[in-house]
Amino acid sequence: MSNNFALGFIVIGVIFDLLGCLGLIRLPDIYNRLQAATKSVTLGTCAILFGVFLEFGVFSSGGLKALICIIFVMFTSPTAAHALARGSHMSGFKLWEGSKVDKLKKDKGK
Amino acid sequence: MFTFLFFSLIVASFMCLYRIMVGPTPPDRMVAIDILGIIVVGMCALFAANKGRDFYLYIAISWSILSFVGTLALVKFLEGRGFDE
Repeated sequence: MSNNFALGFIVIGVIFDLLGCLGLIRLPDIYNRLQAATKSVTLGTCAILFGVFLEFGVFSSGGLKALICIIFVMFTSPTAAHALARGSHMSGFKLWEGSKVDKLKKDKGK
Repeated sequence: MFTFLFFSLIVASFMCLYRIMVGPTPPDRMVAIDILGIIVVGMCALFAANKGRDFYLYIAISWSILSFVGTLALVKFLEGRGFDE
């Protein structure tokens, strides 16, 4: 590893992945777990791939593959998270008892 | 340095496996499967940076697309609809 800037991005990404999985264990509810895990793990993986992009160089084939992989992850992961949250709310799984606001239930009630 | 980074990602993968094993409801397990797929993509990128070879990124791209399709199929099963609707 020759580039210290790329190594810094990779270390930041691994820390975000680890904290996202800690939230996946610690939080009480399906919606809280989805909120914690999906955003931070997506950002961490995109930071690792951006570090790989800087390491391979901008106009090399490996760098362009890393850039394409960043675009795929940033499109597909929030879509899957949105579908999972909507599906579990439609399927009738309850919120945690400490949660205050449920705007989707209010919209469906009208 | 890279040994420590690989060990951190393997610890994160075991946290996801714990949630798959003891998750009380089915959507918890589905979230953990999705997150495990994205962590495997990051681990393939880390292999590519460690070895200096770029064919690991092909595995990362195809794994991200297959994880997305699998999660959408599980969500259609969760909503109680058939696969052909």
